[in-house]
Amino acid sequence: MLKRIRVILANRPGWRLGLLLLVMLPLGMVHAEEGEFALKHAGTDINNTESLQRGARNFMNYCSGCHSLKYLRYNRMAADLKIPSTELAANLMFTSDHAVDEIVSAMPADSEKWFGKRPPDLSLVARAKGVDYIYSFLEGFYVDSTRLWGVNNMYLANAAMPFVLQPLQGLQKPVFKSEADANGSARMVLSGVELMTPGSMKPEEYDQFVRDIANFLDYAAEPVKAKRQSLGIFVTLFLLVFFVFAFLLKKEYWKDVH
Amino acid sequence: MAAAPESAGSGKGGSFLGWIDARFPLSKLWREQVSEYYAPKNFNFWYLFGVLSLVVFANQIITGIFLTMSYKPSAAEAFSSVEYIMRDLDWGSLIRYMHSTCASAFFIVIYLHMFRALLYGSHRKPRELLWIFGCVIYLMLMAEAFMGYVLPWGNMSFWGAQVIVSLFGSLPVIGGTLVEWIRGDYVIADPTLNRFFALHVAALPLALVFLVIAHLMALHEVGSNNPDGIEIKKHKDANGHPLDGIPFHPYYTVKDLVGVAGFLLIFCGVIFFAPTFGGLFLEAPNFEPANPLQTPPEISPVWYFTPFYAMLRAIPSFAGTQVWGVLVMGGAIVVLFFVPWLDRSPVRSIRYRGPIYKIALAIFAVSFIILGLCGMKPPAGIYPLLARICTGLYFAFFLLMPLYTKIDSVKPVPDRVTWHA
Repeated sequence: MLKRIRVILANRPGWRLGLLLLVMLPLGMVHAEEGEFALKHAGTDINNTESLQRGARNFMNYCSGCHSLKYLRYNRMAADLKIPSTELAANLMFTSDHAVDEIVSAMPADSEKWFGKRPPDLSLVARAKGVDYIYSFLEGFYVDSTRLWGVNNMYLANAAMPFVLQPLQGLQKPVFKSEADANGSARMVLSGVELMTPGSMKPEEYDQFVRDIANFLDYAAEPVKAKRQSLGIFVTLFLLVFFVFAFLLKKEYWKDVH
Repeated sequence: MAAAPESAGSGKGGSFLGWIDARFPLSKLWREQVSEYYAPKNFNFWYLFGVLSLVVFANQIITGIFLTMSYKPSAAEAFSSVEYIMRDLDWGSLIRYMHSTCASAFFIVIYLHMFRALLYGSHRKPRELLWIFGCVIYLMLMAEAFMGYVLPWGNMSFWGAQVIVSLFGSLPVIGGTLVEWIRGDYVIADPTLNRFFALHVAALPLALVFLVIAHLMALHEVGSNNPDGIEIKKHKDANGHPLDGIPFHPYYTVKDLVGVAGFLLIFCGVIFFAPTFGGLFLEAPNFEPANPLQTPPEISPVWYFTPFYAMLRAIPSFAGTQVWGVLVMGGAIVVLFFVPWLDRSPVRSIRYRGPIYKIALAIFAVSFIILGLCGMKPPAGIYPLLARICTGLYFAFFLLMPLYTKIDSVKPVPDRVTWHA
């Protein structure tokens, strides 16, 4: 096999060059990314319908008061997440009586005056920022008395959002470390957070609660995602079969080329 | 499989095809362009990318038409209309992903197609015009892709357009007026989006269709080159067909079918399992609507423009103007047009060239890829230096070509094509 490859390559400089490029490509890709804090891994699964249902419940109860999902309709969500329509109307639809409506929030137009910025629509936040960011953000609030709502966030410095999940997680306090600045003098920088006053949930329960929200927002950002992936398997299988038949057809025809 | 029509040209016999042929050269066209177009039998893997560019072009036209039915080219509605396509329109997300993935696939295929020409000397006499048509297609394609990228009206669309259009502003004297004329406003705004839509769906595709036809006509006039870089027309049989040629149909139609199937496997793999391709094909900041007040953390064009973007940034401003970077970037495209005359080697194919061209081409290809990577990174650390070196190497490949192709050693060229059945 190896010998055959060598023979092939010896006769085809073009292939040899291609191979060389393939080998050299990763060398050019050496890079170092430096974020302020590495994001936590959310570990979400778009195919876990129960997690998505819990995420929808969590979102509707804790987030949808301020944040809309204006590109997602209630009935689409119910159909994709296998939520019965009675359940949907009774427990999840707070801003509309019509299941066909988009999920808007109850925020009035002047909410900018309350928070300094209008709470953003979250339809596409998972695609713009990633699920790990959502998960980390919701785990990253800590006490900061200098801020309007008394909290700051590790992953979004000076976040405008009040920490609405505080009754669940409790409060985290910042941990600082000393670091030399450009002039060589020491200064204190945030190095992490630790739980100060526990909330009503154990840390693992809270992690799961937040993970479900992140998972739900991943779904909301691209409702077709799970279907797309499962359909992709059939398309791939078809193309593999097609490839084999096309190859056999080519072989048959090319028998007469001498 | 349809064989060459027997009754072609006669117009008699009462067949439908005969009726057509008496009035329109259908069978004649089919024969001349397909079933009796003799292509060299020794095409290899690299010769697939021509037909693949036709496949991706057809895909862009068809999916584009369907997207146009639901897209709204206004600053107020564009972003929402794309999400409407992605969510509410039946199969809309598939059509959109086919279109967005195919934009990247188009450039992959075209870059490999152009590289093939450099490998086997496909631009050499008598194929200079074929090469030039190709270069114009590439240029048009860049404009087409850029304007298409603006249409979703995401934040990267907006800021990308802002950066690219403002490049014209660095031109002396006319710069400011030119930029205003392109934008149709003092900033990138609704009129800009509207006209980019018109150019993207009507003007440029129309130009591309004509250019592709011209490209194919030029190809079929002079005949295809091959990996040996020799003319197959030198040796003909009693019927006047090249001895080393085989009819395009059915031999290359069935062979290309295999290639197309292989391509579709990869293409559909991306569409169904990684349509954003890790933020390379669809960039994360573009999932936020255009916001003139909020610049994305890092403005960078889509991957296929990054080599040229890196060149732009690599050139420092000089004599109080940034125009040099723009000129270098433009020069990087213009220089392509001259390749047929820059190459002075007595042979075409890399198979019979000496080591210098092989090394030069390898360095060129690697520089181009590194430039692409530099263009994706913030201009800090090692990247500006790397980009400058690679910009130098990119131009050295072309500008020194008359010298090194002349002094390079060559191997004897065979009389007939190399072919192992």
